[in-house]
Parts: sequence; structure tokens; C-alpha cells
Amino acid sequence: MTTLTIAKALTNGLRAAMEKDPKVVLMGEDIGKLGGVFRVTEGLQKDFGEDRVIDTPLAEAGIVGTAIGLALRGYRPVVEIQFDGFVYPAFDHIVSQVAKMRARSLGKVSLPMVIRIPVGGGIGAVEHHSESNEAYFAHTAGLRVVSVASPQDAYWGIQAAIATDDPVIFYEPKRRYWDKGEVDLDTPTAGLYDAVVAREGTDCTVAAYGPMVKTCLQAAQAAADEGRSLEVVDLRSLAPLDLDTLCASVTKTGRLVVVHEASVTGGLGAEIAAAVTQRCFYSLEAPVLRVGGYDVPYPPSRVEEEFLPDLDRVLDGVDRAMAF
Amino acid sequence: MTQPTTTPPGGDPTTADLTAPTPAVGDGGPDMVQLLTPEGERVETPNGAPYAPYVDALTDDELRGFYRDLVLIRRVDAEATALQRQGELGIWASLLGQEAAQVGSGRALKPQDYAFPTYREHGVAWCRGVDPLNLLGMFRGVNNGGWDPNEKNFHLYTIIIGAQTLHATGYAMGIQRDGAVGTGDPDRDAAVIAYFGDGASSQGDVSESFGFSAVYNAPVVFFCQNNQWAISEPNEKQTRIPLYQRARGFGFPGVRVDGNDVLAVYAVTKHALEEARSGQGPFLVEAYTYRMGAHTTSDDPTKYRVSAEVEVWKLRDPIARLKAWLAHEGKADAAFFDQVEAEGDELAAHVRQGTLAMPDPEGASMFEHVYVEPHPHVAAQREEFVRYQASFEGAH
Ligand SMILES: Cc1ncc(C[n+]2csc(CCOP(=O)(O)OP(=O)(O)O)c2C)c(N)n1
Repeated sequence: MTTLTIAKALTNGLRAAMEKDPKVVLMGEDIGKLGGVFRVTEGLQKDFGEDRVIDTPLAEAGIVGTAIGLALRGYRPVVEIQFDGFVYPAFDHIVSQVAKMRARSLGKVSLPMVIRIPVGGGIGAVEHHSESNEAYFAHTAGLRVVSVASPQDAYWGIQAAIATDDPVIFYEPKRRYWDKGEVDLDTPTAGLYDAVVAREGTDCTVAAYGPMVKTCLQAAQAAADEGRSLEVVDLRSLAPLDLDTLCASVTKTGRLVVVHEASVTGGLGAEIAAAVTQRCFYSLEAPVLRVGGYDVPYPPSRVEEEFLPDLDRVLDGVDRAMAF
Repeated sequence: MTQPTTTPPGGDPTTADLTAPTPAVGDGGPDMVQLLTPEGERVETPNGAPYAPYVDALTDDELRGFYRDLVLIRRVDAEATALQRQGELGIWASLLGQEAAQVGSGRALKPQDYAFPTYREHGVAWCRGVDPLNLLGMFRGVNNGGWDPNEKNFHLYTIIIGAQTLHATGYAMGIQRDGAVGTGDPDRDAAVIAYFGDGASSQGDVSESFGFSAVYNAPVVFFCQNNQWAISEPNEKQTRIPLYQRARGFGFPGVRVDGNDVLAVYAVTKHALEEARSGQGPFLVEAYTYRMGAHTTSDDPTKYRVSAEVEVWKLRDPIARLKAWLAHEGKADAAFFDQVEAEGDELAAHVRQGTLAMPDPEGASMFEHVYVEPHPHVAAQREEFVRYQASFEGAH
């Protein structure tokens, strides 16, 4: 066991993957000397050289497009998108090319690539630096989408994402980069696509992923102080969703509140609500409720605290679920 | 539509030219147009000659005005940097070192021209008459733009790298369709100027805007501020040929100008804009300059560049050279320089007070201006939000 921040856990995970497999190459803007704007790749270019830690021109379509070519040639590119809002220039390559290559080639060609995206708000940034765009990618068949919430998951998750032969959108909760936690360097706690129960409880299930897991754990603690028992499920994988773990929890508690930063309409919460309702209809004591961002463009930073779900909004959601 | 008549500069490159690694042209190389040396002397060179008349036509008042602009916008920048350090701005993108590129090009514009900035064009905004406080709103986090672009023909800042070059091209195509190009009426003919950085030159959008503007012969001047760095990445990580030469491949002229020489920038941009307004189509100006500070206040340039480089560029400071020349030519005296200093103090106070007085927006403001027509979801969420906020009143 060792204590690491999420950012450092990712650095170590990338390092381990690069040591294990010489075909792993990193690509992105400013990832070399600077170590990326969040310093996740710090020191890696020094140790692995410029051919394996590639500072790219400032062009997201170019980065993902050429990563496709490298993957076709047998490499395992790990691409860094600097901020969530900058992935859109590469969107076409991701949804039209990356996602469909395997099906188009009748399984002859796979694209083992990872697209790392720092995601979400809460860091007081200017526009385009705080977006939650997971629903776009989770909606696209052919992509796997995961979101880490702890240093342990960051360390193991990035290695598992690199090891899989499927393309993975890998979300890193940027406002949690500096949160510290224990990392078991010998064994992963869960598979890449497994949800986990982050806290056990009996009254209501709260499902979250990435940056919202911590908020929900805090909400569960606050609820416990008032005598209410919340079970927090960290979904971890957004596509595919681990419905077995989630539904087991909902069957136990009878209630579900889904929490995410993204705008509610058409968000992942809608998919989860539909899927869980279908599976657990007879166990539910209340409709599945959603707590998320409003249906507005991500607001300027001085208003973001009111846009983002916080502990109170989560508890409010739980209150509404309990009131049925 | 009229075809371009200007011949792109430079002869046909040889194969050897094209395959050679980018030469280290720390001083901009021989093609760079310069009218004022770093020491503040007017120079006459063959490639500067066509542009000199634009400067000769300037009055002493206008020349002093350039100096005033340079000093004042540097002062605004310094104040904004200080405000960021004091926690009043979330972040700031400094223009330190790039004042001449911005003022020279900004002053070359006519009121009917339209400017599409990226996020660092505080000096251009200044020339367009946009109150610096408008710029600070986004960096403070109270809005995501905040001014009416049509008021001064200065578009909102664009953070997505390169996107604005396409908007500029489309806007220029609109000007064309409105018949406001090549009429010969100096108050009617208009052009667009699109600002972008050396890093941005790698984006597909920028190449696409070059392609569109060329095939439609759109009246747009692409103004690349090559400040040598895109965050931590130097020019060599973006391009193998000097950026101004890219224009040739798209079929329009490109000129490299000393971006720290306000006179040369003014002259070259003025020429480029005249070409565009008169129907000659797009033009690329590469202002060769240097970002003296960090990329933004969040960046640490010591991780990727050496201080010796910064020292070299200090000697090319745009303000010092103009001051030396104005003083030497007797176009400005100590009283004038002092007065500009004093104006700077006043402006800085305006920026400081205005920033501190900028209130945080109401939470419910995020529901405003999302759509033109009423939207039931947004309306319902707004109501829910207001009710929820009210439930805390008196509670906590
Ligand atoms: C599409 C996109 N990708 C990445 C970024 C992050 N980013 C902001 S500024 C910048 C460097 C820009 O360099 P350059 O174009 O040379 O302009 P400069 O900042 O030097 O003026 C980067 C990578 C962004 N804003 N948009």
C-alpha cells in the first residue's frame, strides 16, 4: 500500500504500462517537458524518450486521427486531450472512425487506444474547461467509457484501459486530481467494467461516478449523522454499465438517485433510470430520480457552485426519493 | 469575383529548401519586414520599402498615439496580472511582449472592418474602443463573453483554438455578398481580420479557413501572432516552414513582419486590409514576436524554456524602440511621456476599481439567454432552482 494523489497514481500507472509494453505510446499537447497541464505525464518523456511520449502539434483531430493510424500499425496509443471541451475537434474521428473500425472490418482490425480526458468543473476555469461530455461517447456503440474516482482506480484503471484491445474513453475527474488515497500496488480491487459499492447502506442507493463519488460519499456521511443510511455505488464504467451491481443495490434499498455533473436531459442518468426501472420495477419504492447539472451551457465560474450538484442537492434528491 | 493580383513573396522553393529542417531564425530571418530596429532607428530595406509610405503618411499625433496605446495596454495587462495574483481573476492571459503586433494591426483597421480575436487580443480590443473591463469579466468568471460584438465590430474571445478563423472567413463571405468589397468607396469597403497563434496554425480549422477564403476570394486578413510558443511547444512542434509561407500553398500572399515593430505591423496590416477590401482576397500576416510572460497565469514557463531566450527578446521590446525613435526625432518630449505614464495610472485604477466592483452574477442568471424562444425545460428548472435556493433562506 502506498498513498498517492489521483494525478500521481495515473503517472505511475502510465509508467507501469509503458514499462510492460514497448508498443504503448503517449500523445498529446504539452505532455513532454511540461508533463501536461495537469502534470500527469511528468517525467515520462525524460525516461521513455520523445518517440514514446510524443508532443503533438496543437490539433485534436490530428492527435486522434494519427493515433488511429498508429493503432492500425500495432501500437497502443494513449492520447491526452488537454481539457474536456477540446475533444470536439476530434469528435468525428472518435465516433465515426475509432468506434466503428472493428465492426467495419468484421473483427479483423481492433483499435487498442485510450483517450484520456480530464473532465468536469469545480476548478474555477473559463469556458470549455469544465464540461461533462460522457453521454456523447457512451451513446456511441464501439467505445468503452470509464471514469475513475480514486487513486486506486486511477492506477489500475489506466493500465487496464491500455491493456484492453477495445478503444476506451478514460475520464479523469480534474478537480480530484490532487486528492490523496491508498493504492494497493499489487492487486486491483475491481475489474475495469465493474461498479463497486463505495459505501454500504439500506435506505436509498445513490449512484455516481468520477468527481461526484466524493460528493455522494460526503452526502452519505451527512445523512448518517441524521440517522439515514445511504448506499453509494461508484459506477466506474459508463459504457458498458454494470447493471448487476447497481440493481443488486437497488433491490436491497428500493430507491435510487443518480448523480452526475452533466446536464440532466439526455444525460447518463436517463439511461440508468430507464435500465434500472426495467429491471427492478417491482423492487422500487420510488421512481428513479436524477440530480445533475441544469440544461444550460456550463456557466461562468462564479456561478458554477450553483450549477454543480453538491452535498445538499444530493440530500435533497434523497429526501424526494424517500418521500414517495 | 476578382482574382488576386499580388504575387506571393519569395521565389519558387527548391527541393532542398523544402526538405531542410526549419532554420533557426531567432531574429525573424531576411524576409521579415522591419521599419524600426530594436535600437529605435528607422531602416530602409528592399522588402520594407513598399510599406514605408504608410508610415510616412502618419502624423506625429498618430505616432504618439501608437506609443500611448502600447503603454496603456501594457499597463492594463500588468494590472490584470496583479489582480489575478490577488485572487480577483480566475486566470489571465498576458499580452506582454505582443503589444506592437496588436496595436499596429488594431490601428490599421477601419470602423467598418470586423475583428475576430482569440483570447489574448487585449490590445486589439483597446484599439477598437472596447473597455478593458469587458475583457476581464470572462477571466474573473462572471460571464463567458459579455459584450456586444457588433457594437465595436470586435467579436467575443474564442478559446477553442482556431475556430474563429472560420467564423472570420464566413463573415468575410457575407461582406462580399453584401457588395461591400471592391466598390472603391473607402467608407463602404470592408474586410475582416482573424487573429490566431502559431500553435493554432496546426488546427484543421485554420487550414480550412485558408482554403475557403482562397477559393471564395474572401476579404479576410489572417493575422498570426507567432509568439514562438504554444504553451510548452515551440514552433518546431507545429511547422517545418515559416508560417507566412503557408499562404502560398493556398494561393494567397503571406508576409512576415517584425511583430515588435509597431510601425511595420501597422504598415503591412494596412496594406493587407486594403488588398482585401479592394477585392484581392485573403492575406496572411505573420507577426514575429514573443510571449514574454507565461502562457497564462496557470502556466510555469521555466519547465520548458530557458531564461536566456527571454533576455534576448527583452532587447527587442516594442515600447522602448518606439520611445527612442520618437524622442530622437523630436516627435515627443519628456512631458508627453510623463503624461502617458499618468494616464496609465488612471487606467489601471479604473481597471482595478471596476474589477473589484464587478458583482458575482445571481445563480438564476445561468438560465438566461440560453434560447431565443421560451424553453419549457429551462423555465421549469429555473423555477425549481429559485425555489430550492429560497428554501435555504434563514436556514444556514
Ligand atoms: C481546441 C483547443 N485545444 C487546446 C486548447 C488549450 N490551449 C489553450 S491556448 C493553447 C496554446 C495556443 O498557442 P498559440 O496558438 O500559439 O497561441 P498563444 O497562446 O501562444 O497566443 C492551448 C494548447 C484550446 N484552448 N483549444
